[in-house]
Amino acid sequence: MSYKITVNGTSHDVDLPGEVPLLWVLRDELGLTGTKFGCGVAACGACTVQVDGIAQRSCQLPLEAVEGEVTTIEGVGTPDNLAAIQQAWVDNNVAQCGYCQSGQIMQAAALLADIPNPTDQDIDDAMQGNLCRCGTYPKIRAAIHDAAKAMQEA
Amino acid sequence: MSRLGKITRRVFLVGAVAVTGGVAVGAYAITRDPENPLDPSEGASLNSYVIIDKDGVTVIVPRAEMGQGVQTSLAALVAEELEVPMSMVRVEHGPPAKAYANSKFILPRSYDSEPPGKLVNTVMEAMPRMMGMQITGGSMSAVDAWEKNRIAGAAAREMLISAAAEKLGVGRDQLRAENGAIVATDGTTLPYAELAEAAAAITPPDNPPLKDPKDFKLVGKALPRLDQPAKATGTAPFAIDTRAEGMKFATVKMTPRIEGEMISFDASVAEGMPGIEKIIDLGDGVAVVANNTWLAMQAAEAITFEWGEAPYGATTDEVFADLEAAFDGEVNSTPHDHGEITESDDDVVAEYRAPFLSHAPMEPMNATALFTGDALELWAGIQGPIITQQQTAKAVGLKQDQVTVHTTIMGGSFGRRGFNDFAIYAAKVAKEMPGTPVNVTWSREEDMRHDFYRPGAIGRMRARLNGDKVEMFKADLAAGSVMRATMKAFMGIDRPMADPMVTEGVAEQPYGFDNVLIRGYVPERSPRVGFWRSVGNSQNAFFMESFIDELAHKAGVDPVAFRLAHMEGVDAETVEVVKTVAEMANWTGKTPTGKGRGIAVTYSFGTPVAEIVEVSDMDGAVKIDKVWIAADLGKIIDPGNVEAQLISGAIYGLSAAIHDEITFEDGMVVEGNFWDHDALRMNATPEFEVKALALGGAVGGVGEPGTPPAAPALANAIFDLNGTRLRKMPFRHEVDFYA
Repeated sequence: MSYKITVNGTSHDVDLPGEVPLLWVLRDELGLTGTKFGCGVAACGACTVQVDGIAQRSCQLPLEAVEGEVTTIEGVGTPDNLAAIQQAWVDNNVAQCGYCQSGQIMQAAALLADIPNPTDQDIDDAMQGNLCRCGTYPKIRAAIHDAAKAMQEA
Repeated sequence: MSRLGKITRRVFLVGAVAVTGGVAVGAYAITRDPENPLDPSEGASLNSYVIIDKDGVTVIVPRAEMGQGVQTSLAALVAEELEVPMSMVRVEHGPPAKAYANSKFILPRSYDSEPPGKLVNTVMEAMPRMMGMQITGGSMSAVDAWEKNRIAGAAAREMLISAAAEKLGVGRDQLRAENGAIVATDGTTLPYAELAEAAAAITPPDNPPLKDPKDFKLVGKALPRLDQPAKATGTAPFAIDTRAEGMKFATVKMTPRIEGEMISFDASVAEGMPGIEKIIDLGDGVAVVANNTWLAMQAAEAITFEWGEAPYGATTDEVFADLEAAFDGEVNSTPHDHGEITESDDDVVAEYRAPFLSHAPMEPMNATALFTGDALELWAGIQGPIITQQQTAKAVGLKQDQVTVHTTIMGGSFGRRGFNDFAIYAAKVAKEMPGTPVNVTWSREEDMRHDFYRPGAIGRMRARLNGDKVEMFKADLAAGSVMRATMKAFMGIDRPMADPMVTEGVAEQPYGFDNVLIRGYVPERSPRVGFWRSVGNSQNAFFMESFIDELAHKAGVDPVAFRLAHMEGVDAETVEVVKTVAEMANWTGKTPTGKGRGIAVTYSFGTPVAEIVEVSDMDGAVKIDKVWIAADLGKIIDPGNVEAQLISGAIYGLSAAIHDEITFEDGMVVEGNFWDHDALRMNATPEFEVKALALGGAVGGVGEPGTPPAAPALANAIFDLNGTRLRKMPFRHEVDFYA
């Protein structure tokens, strides 16, 4: 059967079994490859997207259970039109390999929506599910603080 | 598709090799095969590093970007001499070509830079030949590029000046290169794009003048990395993101006893599962092709197998028993043997152990391949594209020049993507699906359970103190041979050979011991091993620097002072690095109750790095509060990137020291995902303070040297905190950690 989902404001009819995780619908069916596969068991956060503004691991969210509007990294901003949080990432040279950063940004964006001026403890609490094997954590932390500042000034 | 994408394709499809400009610049004498692989019809190719067309300047950085920032740093070296701002520069990886050989990969790694013996040279020289010379690894990209890329940029600059001189009818001395243009004294400005075609016809100068370092505009400055906007928007194309019309998605299920046999399999259930297109027998495993990666993975799990025995010990205990037995066998190498070695009851003796480790980069192994009968096109994140080309060609029965390799950016590697197994599997799958591009992606479990592991290792250390100095030092080190595993993976030759990677990290350390014996041992059989960020240094630095700490305590000397006392007069840079880190941390040798500090220093890949770790007791758990890092790079291309790499290396080392091990049961790897092979996360990451020195020696590598001192510095800090001497990684078995 076909499922209807809305991703970054666009509605899609998806003809895949209902248990296929959203991650693999985004990547293999819709061609939205910004959301990454890292572990498949919600242990790394690389696949983080937002559903109605809540950060979720898309590798654990079956297509049939998607309720609400999905936002992926592609819906946040583009290289020519960066969102404030992405600009903070760029300004801090955060990414090394960059593979986990889509998930980091989606998680951080949800944090900032929830807590506009997070403390280091807030950042620890919100971000500890997002693994980065390059160890960019100090820069991620700096970028979140910078983004918070930029978004409050905006 | 990028311009170079088209160029690459054409070069291979028609077998054409462009020669415009050649690369007859001095840097290439070493390769003696400097054919420019770039096709100039897409723009003027002034040499194999620079393409200029109406849209700007493209710099070829033929080193793989796996996170280390190489695509910015190496481009900056070219841009510096070419007098072009980074905002005008685009970077392409370029095709596989001998012109892009990494000539520095073969240099000895010792601090005293004297050849460490015929043995080591022979072995290390074999490595780049095996990998077809174009290698990203050994922390040698910047070392190799420091002069070469500047010469390439300078040669192009001089050719542009000559072209402008001809066009304007003025002397070269009336012209200067500035901001992507040639400017005449009267203010006439000719953008490079207008001169490129004429410049390409000019013979490249043999010895173009290089800028005085005091005039550098880019080198020595922290630059914005060129890859940041793409990586912050999910648009950076990793291999796993390769998409093409009609593409299918596949996964593999391979023998869980690596290099063991597949006796039989039953895919009758899997065949009928949704989305499944084809099940392919790969010999040592099976591939499942589907219309969705996840559906392929589900079906792969539904296949039942009968697997053969493991060609190595079936359990961790058996694997380590083989390592212990290695000490009773033949010595594999003796990198140091001088003075008099005796044993006495007064000796300080300790045995250390390190586990097997997975690389666990964030992007699981994958590659995309398209087979069309007489050609194979491959998209993969790989560190040695020429050997990839050779191996995938062989796997599908084609000639090397019938394979097009697109080297993508990598979602981490840490050495894993120096091996080509995942690309070979993809090629084999594609051959069974002619005309259809297939993206073959491994599950995390397949990735973690089919690695080329950091070898498990044992270090047996013995030393005798005479007062506060070491009188005799002996280290016997056993580990699976990375050299042997590499020869087997690349050339199919499986026999023991002298392997410097078994002893590096103990053998090349600048301690001036008078009586010293260092020997390496290799087991008869081992689970498959490979290069893991910093290679032998990753385990041996832990053995060495923990043992040095034990000796300092035994001698009753401060660990910093003890190290300096043995290093003075041996290697000035390492001494400076130790002094610097001690100053940064206000090291006094004393810590209050509830706090602990440890130091470690390792010379690896041409770069001495000293780290001090400070820990505190949090209700019985150890929390890492702060890490100070000092390093001497000789010369620094980008201080921002150097700092990022040193921190990255330390976090990688701390993660393994605390958390990680690969263990074996029934011949199979137990650990399968980040649940049981974890790493430091945000909440456990300490504060870092880094000082990168540039004491003027040859430029050193930076991707790996931050890793080795991290584990021993942490172990030494924990000893200072609570008296627990950790001699076996991972430490979590003996100590509770915060987070």
